[in-house]
This record gives sequence, C-alpha cells and structure tokens, in this order.
Amino acid sequence: MPFEALVAGCLAYVALMFGVAFAADRAASRGRVRWLDHPAVYTLSLSVYCSAWTFYGAVGYATRSGLEFATIYLGPTIVFCGAWWGLRRLVRVARMHHVTSIADLISARFGKSNRLAALITLIAVIAATPYVALQLQSVSLSFEVFATDSLTDIPLAGGGGTALWVAAGLALFTIVFGTRNLAADERHHGVVTAIALEAVVKLMAFLALGVFVVWGLAEGPADMLDRIAQAAAGHDGWLLKPDRWTALIVVSGAAIIALPRMFQVLVVEAADEDRLAVAGWAFPAYLFAMSLFVLPIAVMGQQLLPADANPDLYVLTLPAQSGQNWLAFLVFLGGFSAATSMVVVCTIALATMISNHWLVPLWLILRRKPQTGDPEDLRGFVLNARRLAILAVMAVGWVYYRATGGTAALASMGLVAFTGMAQVLPAMIGGLLWRGANRQGAYAGVGTGFALWLALIFLPSVGIGQDPALPPSVDPLAFAICLSLALNTLAFIVFSIFGMPDPVERLQGLSFVSAVDPVRHGRMARGADQVEPLLVMARRVWGAEDALRFFQSEAAAQGKSGYLPDMTPRFLTRLERRLAGSIGAATAHAMIDSVAGGSELTVSDLMQVATEAQRAKEETQRLENARAELARTATQLREANDKLTALSIQKDAFLGQISHELRTPMTSVRAFSEILRSPDLSDADRDRFAKIIYDESGRLTRLLDDLLDLSVLESGQAQLSITPANLHDLIERALSAASATQPQRVFRLDREPLAEYVGVITDADRLLQVLINVISNARKYCDAEPPVLSIRVRRTLRGGAQIDIADNGSGIETARQALIFEKFSRLNDPARAGGAGLGLAICKEIMANLGGEITYLPGQGGAAFRIVLPRRPPVPADAGLRRA
Amino acid sequence: MLDILMIEDEPNIAEAVRFILSREGWQVALHADGAGGIEAIRGAKPRLVILDVMLPHRSGTEILAELRGDQDPSLAATPVLMLTARGQASLSLPQADAVLAKPFANDDLRAMVRRMLN
Amino acid sequence: MPDRPLFLERASFRRRRLGDAARVLPMLAAILVLVPVWWIPAQVSFAAGAVWLFGLWAGLILAIFVLHRALRRADAATLRATQAMARDDDHAL
Repeated sequence: MPFEALVAGCLAYVALMFGVAFAADRAASRGRVRWLDHPAVYTLSLSVYCSAWTFYGAVGYATRSGLEFATIYLGPTIVFCGAWWGLRRLVRVARMHHVTSIADLISARFGKSNRLAALITLIAVIAATPYVALQLQSVSLSFEVFATDSLTDIPLAGGGGTALWVAAGLALFTIVFGTRNLAADERHHGVVTAIALEAVVKLMAFLALGVFVVWGLAEGPADMLDRIAQAAAGHDGWLLKPDRWTALIVVSGAAIIALPRMFQVLVVEAADEDRLAVAGWAFPAYLFAMSLFVLPIAVMGQQLLPADANPDLYVLTLPAQSGQNWLAFLVFLGGFSAATSMVVVCTIALATMISNHWLVPLWLILRRKPQTGDPEDLRGFVLNARRLAILAVMAVGWVYYRATGGTAALASMGLVAFTGMAQVLPAMIGGLLWRGANRQGAYAGVGTGFALWLALIFLPSVGIGQDPALPPSVDPLAFAICLSLALNTLAFIVFSIFGMPDPVERLQGLSFVSAVDPVRHGRMARGADQVEPLLVMARRVWGAEDALRFFQSEAAAQGKSGYLPDMTPRFLTRLERRLAGSIGAATAHAMIDSVAGGSELTVSDLMQVATEAQRAKEETQRLENARAELARTATQLREANDKLTALSIQKDAFLGQISHELRTPMTSVRAFSEILRSPDLSDADRDRFAKIIYDESGRLTRLLDDLLDLSVLESGQAQLSITPANLHDLIERALSAASATQPQRVFRLDREPLAEYVGVITDADRLLQVLINVISNARKYCDAEPPVLSIRVRRTLRGGAQIDIADNGSGIETARQALIFEKFSRLNDPARAGGAGLGLAICKEIMANLGGEITYLPGQGGAAFRIVLPRRPPVPADAGLRRA
Repeated sequence: MLDILMIEDEPNIAEAVRFILSREGWQVALHADGAGGIEAIRGAKPRLVILDVMLPHRSGTEILAELRGDQDPSLAATPVLMLTARGQASLSLPQADAVLAKPFANDDLRAMVRRMLN
Repeated sequence: MPDRPLFLERASFRRRRLGDAARVLPMLAAILVLVPVWWIPAQVSFAAGAVWLFGLWAGLILAIFVLHRALRRADAATLRATQAMARDDDHAL
C-alpha cells in the first residue's frame, strides 16, 4: 500500500473522529443524550484500557512470555466480577460528590485536602508521561512499517516528525472537545462517543486479523493449538511464574480503577451507576475478544516472519507480509485508534487534575482574596489552565519519546504506569470501606508507596539506579510490587490508627463509607443577602447562564420563585458539590467558606450531623419524598399567603397612590389657573404659568393613559398586532428613543450585534415599549462612571428569544428586587423624575400578554433585566371562538 | 425673621404657593426634600411651616413629629400647615395646626395662612 | 393484603442472597484464576493452559451476565412489591 494512500486514509479517519465528536457534542447540547447515554457507549468507552500497548504490545508480550500477557486483562475481569457491589458503589459515591478525578476523590474523602490531591497528581503525571510517549512511539512505528520495505531494521525513533504531528493533532482534538465548557459534572460526550467508535474499530481490526491468522494462515483452531504446542516446546520463558502471575493480576486489577484515564471513563463520565449492570459483563467480554487471538498471532508471527522481526509489530507485518494490504490498513487504523483514544482521555484526566489541584489553588493563593476581581476571570482561568495542561502533557510526552529514543519493548512502560497508580489504591479502597481511615494514613501510605515505586520500578525503567540484588528465584518486578503495596497498606493502616481526623474529614468519611449525603455544617441560617454573593461566585466559575439556571432550580426545589434560594444547609451542600465538579472538592470548599463564612466545625455540630445522616440513611425513600413534598407545599403556601397579605395592603395603598398621583398635577393646574385670572401679571409670568399648566395637564394625561393601559393589559383584553420583527432593529430603535432620557449621559454600549439578528413573532410596538422602558431606567439610575449598558440576545431552546439588558451601576438591593415590578413602587424615590412608577409594572403586564416574562437578574454586577419571548404569543382563549 | 418656610418637593406646586403668598407680602423660603427638612426649620426659625406630607427620603409626618419634640419650646410650638394629596381620609393629623388638601383654592390657602400668622 | 408483606419479604430475601453471590463471585474468580498457576504451573502454561484459561474466562463472563440479570430483575421485583405495599397502605388510610 503506498505511503501517501495510508496518510490520506489516516487523515480521513481523523476527520471522521472530529465529525463524530462534534455531532455528539451538538446532540448533547440540545439535550438529546439518550443514545449517548446508552450502556453500550459507556462499555465501549471503557476500552481506552486497551491502548497501543495492548494492540501492538500484547502480541510481543505473548511472544516473549506466553500466557502471562493475559494477566493484564484477567485483573480487570476479576474486578468487574465485583461490579455490582464494588464499582457501582464507587460510582455512586463519586457522583454524589461530583468527583472530577481520582486525586479529587481521595482529597474529598480525606477532609478536602488539596495537598493530598496535588501529591496524587504528581504520581499520575510521572507515571503517565512515559505511557503517553509510548503511544506516540507506537503510532510512528506503525507508520514506519508502511514507509520502509524491510521488516527487520525499523528504527525505533525514526519517525520523530510523525510523532510530532500526531501529538499536535491529538492536542488540538483534546482542547477542542475536552475543554469546551466547565460542565459541572465534567462529562465530555463528544470525546466519549468518538472513543466508543474507535473501540469498535480497534476490536474489528483485531478480530479480523485473528480470523485471518487462524483460518487463513493456519488451518483452523485444532491446527492452531498444535502450532502453539510446538512453539511452546522451545520456550522456557513461557512457563508461568506464580509470583509474577499474581502480582500482575493484582496490579492490573488496580489499574482498571486507578489509572487516571480509566477513572475518567469509568467513574467521571458515567451518568449513573446502573450502566455497570451491562458493562459488568460486556467489558470483560471485550477484553476476552481482544485477547483471544493474541497467542495465535504471536505463534504465527514467530513461525512465518524472520527471527529478528520486532514481535511488537507482528500484527502489522503479518498481514503486510501475506499481501493483505487492506487488512494491514485496518489493523493500522485499529492501532492508531488505540493510541489516540488513550492519549486523549489520559490527557483530559491529567489536565483536569493539574488545573484543579496545581494551577487553580496556586492562583487562588497568589490572589489571596478569591471573592474579589473581574467576574469572568476564574472560569476563563480554569479553562485556559486546562488547555495549557493538555499542551504540557502532550509536549512532555513527545519530548520524553524523543529523549529516550523510544524503548525497545512496549510492555515495560505500561507496567510502570500501572504499578505507579496502584499505589493510590490502598488509600482509596480504605477510604471507601473504613471510617477510621484518615489523612495522615493516606499521606503515609501513598508517600511510602510512591517512594518505593520510584526507587524500585520507575527509576530503573528509565535507566537510573539498578534492580536490587535478589536471589534468582525471586522475580524483581513481582518483588517490587509486593513490597511497595504491602508497605503502602501497612503505613496507611498504622498511621490511620494513630492519627486523629479533623471534623470535616470525619464527616466526609461518614459520607463515603455509608454512601449517604450528609448535609453541610455550620451556622447557615442567614438572609437572602448572603445568597447573592454566592451567585456571583458561581457565575465566575460556570458563567452567568449555568449559574442562574442552577440557582433557579434550587429555588424551585424549595418552592420559591426567582433566582435566590434560601441559604439552607442542603442548598449549600449541593452548591459545593456542583462547584467541586468544576474545580475540585478542596477548592470549592475553600471558596464557599470564603463567601458564606463557613464557621469552624465543633464536635457537637459533628455529632448532630452524624446522627442526622444516620437517620436519613434509615429513613425510607417514601417518607423522604413525602416530607420534601410537604415542605415544598408549605413553602408555596407561605409564599402565597405573604403575597395575599401584601396584595391587600397594596390594594389600599394603590387607591391612595392614584389619588396622590392625580392630585399633585391638579394642584398646580388649579393654583396657576386661578393666578392667571388676576389682572396684574407680567407677560413673562403669564407665559411661564401657562406652560406649567400645559405640562402638568400633559402629565395628568400620561398618568391616565398609563393607568388605562395597565388595566387593559391586566385584564388580558389588550389588542396585540402580531408581526414578525427583528430584535436588532427593535433594539436600535429602543436605544435611540431612550437616548432622550438624560441625554447628557454617554453610555458605552456592550453589544453583540450579529447575535441580535433574531427574528421573533410578537407585537413589535409593545416589545419596543418594554425595551425603551428598561433602557431608559438604566439611563436614569445607573450610577457608575463611566456607565456601560450591555445587551445580550440569545435564542432559547424552544425557539423563543431572550434579551438580557444590564448596566454596571449599583443595581437594586435584594429586598427591593421583588417590589420593582409592582405599581407605584418608586413612590418614595427621589429620582422618580415626574414618572409615577408604573413603567416596570406595565412592562411586566406587556410581557405577560406577549406570553413571555421580564425578570430581574440578581448577581450580575449591576441592574439587569431578562426579557424572555416565546416563539409566538399565545392565542387568547376566546380568539379562536370568535374566528370560528 | 422669615415668615414662612415651605417644604415641598413638587417644584410647580412650590412655585404656585410661593407666588400666591409673596404677593400677600410674606417672605417665603423653600426646601425641596424631606432630608434636611428639620435642619432647615431649625436654621430659619420661621413663623410658619408649610409641610407636604409625602416627601422623598423623609415623610412630612416624621418631620412634624421631630419638630414637636424639639428641645427649644418656642421652635417646637411653631405653627405647621400640612399639605396632603391623599384626599380627605388623611386629614386627621393631630400634631398639625391646620391641614389643607390638594388641590386647594388659592383663597383658602391665603385665608388659612393669614389666620395662622396673625 | 396479607400476601403482600410476604411477597415483599420473599423478593427482598432473594435480592439479598443474590447480593451475597455478587460479593462471592470476585473471590471465586480470583481463586480459580490464581490457584492452578501456583499448583500446577507446567500444565497451565501452554496450549492446554490456553484452552483452560479462555474457557474459564468465558465462564466468568457468563456468570456475571446471569448474575447481573437476576439482580436487576430482583431489584425490579422488590421495587414493585414495595410500591404495591405503599399503595395498599394508602388505601388502608
């Protein structure tokens, strides 16, 4: 097959992956996640476990050591035997705490300690870098197979250019689809779907090759078994060593949970724990299928290819040698898929850990005060930190590959990564099963394991230091694994027993071990004025839209309308967990405390929380639901009652206010008209007084117009003339009409004109009236210097439109936000400037008539209003009848 | 000494009252906000205060109550004419010496002020 | 009415036993995979070993499949029984 065709095919395949990822992200953003959430997609995404190490290296491994290669897949199979009670529970607890990585999980369990997370991130980075390098190497090696005709002298580091291009392309893919948003639950639909597709390609390629080898090159399974027996006869290396067998099964079982990329797909990307019911058997079946033909391919490669051919490349050279160019190309794509999917997921996982546990805490420490500053910058910082981390991981992987010149055997680097991450497992399992486990134990265990791994496994693997002197009957790798894991576990247990956990840690321990949701602690019963700073903070992390949606749904869950829920412990808990999903548990905890003023946790608080959690656990779901429902109803009733009381007071006040508003201009009119009757007035006075009478009667008329307008709108009898309109035109007209208000003030406009070209079907004049009113209000009341008016238009999901108009002034205090849409709400306002305070009340009624709404948006750094339009105004109930 | 201090936020009404009363020969000063109203009264020590009920920042009734509680007994006894736009319902303002509902006849205003100043 | 609690008890009893089985399965799998290699490494290293290993592996996958299906059904049955009881309680009230 010509090299150019290979490159072209490869590029087409890459384009397909970009397309699939893009389509899946798009589908997810439109809420169509049903097929994306299918257990099959989840199961296939788990196959990132089978990296290029499996795809190329397994055959090489089997050539050298026979059946021992299977340990790498048997370990995960045994772990998945316990999927129902083990992994499901891990996923449930991790989802409950919105865990973003394995480092985050352990840090959250041990008292939200960021230093522990930073240590685990360090291990992950050290362990994964050579592994990423290995994938790059395998891709460039496989290119070399096609580029050179010779089967034997393929340079290990020949394709440095290829590796660079691959690394760059993968970095681009990962940045585009891995850092799209700071989703609170850290799921990447595009990446996962592309990986699921790659998993299918990988499996198909390998099975096709296996079938070709067994039925095409050999003469069926019986012949194959004979050949295996023949091959084994000459190989002492094939005899299984029980110690290695056991150690490798343990380590690979640990790896399936602890490797950053596996934790990412197994736990973080899982929507819920139920899909493990399918993945529990389907993933072992995938591994089984990937392993079935490894030994036949190895044996056949040995028998048919020259003795000095690289066994790690048998899967490519076998079909190429037999003239099966298409099969070779398919296998090449399979290997390419294996390498790229591993690198992408690994990089995402590492980048999340690096940004959440290294860069963001560092930034917050440098900034000292996390609550001050530009509202947008944290979100931007986190995303950029992730992009930077992705580039860094990829670059370090490539540099490592260039610097070492490639390693001779693919197998060793994979095992180095496995054994490194396995050091995290005792702390993790201990943390999930044993309430007594604590942070000192975790530090001691992870630290001990890390040191031993560095000395016994990692440094020897890169040629620093040497294997310890051991009797020949003891296998050095098995020895190193046993020693490091045993001392790790021992240190973890001993230090846990003698250490003393702090209260936060005990609380988290309780939550993790009994898989219940303990509620956040502290003196939290505060007023709504504390909620708004929290909203401002959430907005900095998630962006305005997501933050508002979350706060609105939390308020709704409490039975309240609007955007500001009560500051209940439950709300704070949920907020902290969601924030943890974006920036890690430790940082989220610190940030909430900095705003909400987290109090020190006392032992009696702890006791109270513990008993509450225990009780909550015992309570049946039914009671829980009934209670929540009751509480919601009660809140709704209370709100309704408050409203009714306020309404009847308002009714009285309304009449008095109308009277006041009418009498005031009438007073001037009457007084001056009497004065005009007196004969001895100068002409100048006469003119002036006549003008006052004219102005005041105009004011009277306007007031009556407004009142009439309002009553028509309130009764729903308003005549609407519904036409198509362009929001951009309406906004332009509103801006020019409103500039008559306070014309001396020059506002800087912050708009996105292109996004404003949104067509709507509505009563354009009425909508214009609302826009003018809101913009004029901003011109009147915005007290910032220089004043800025920002306008944002978006299409809503259901085909309507949404206009946000915000200024940068001091906004409206929380207590008054509920009142501004009431009639005459500006009555005691010094700046009411001749208006009666009916403007926003009319706006509210207009929007109700148009089938939309206008609301005040709290926490936007100024007064902000959101105008929501439906796709088209509702047809009044009697309109249809009249037409009929 | 100042005859009349008027506290009224509606500029046109204030202008009308001032025009009517100064043509009668009285000296009229104006303060246009509830805030600072009591300080204006203390500073000017007028013979009569005309006070609007509904003022921005601080209502006329509050100003009246503070005036009546002032330590200086002569200041506390200053006669006060309240103007109200709330209609007949709110004419019962016991601390005021007289109450006039808006809109008023100019003659009523003149007569009432004359009676209170003499 | 009287058979409801009994049914619930039976459903949840069955579910608990299946849960026990789910706990035993990984241990059993580990024993089956490890012991022969310690015991008779020479016999399980080559062609016959491959047949043994992949046969065992397929058996394990089948066991997980059957167990998970049974667990899901038992879960559903327990849920149904609980709901049925809850409904009866509501009627009794």
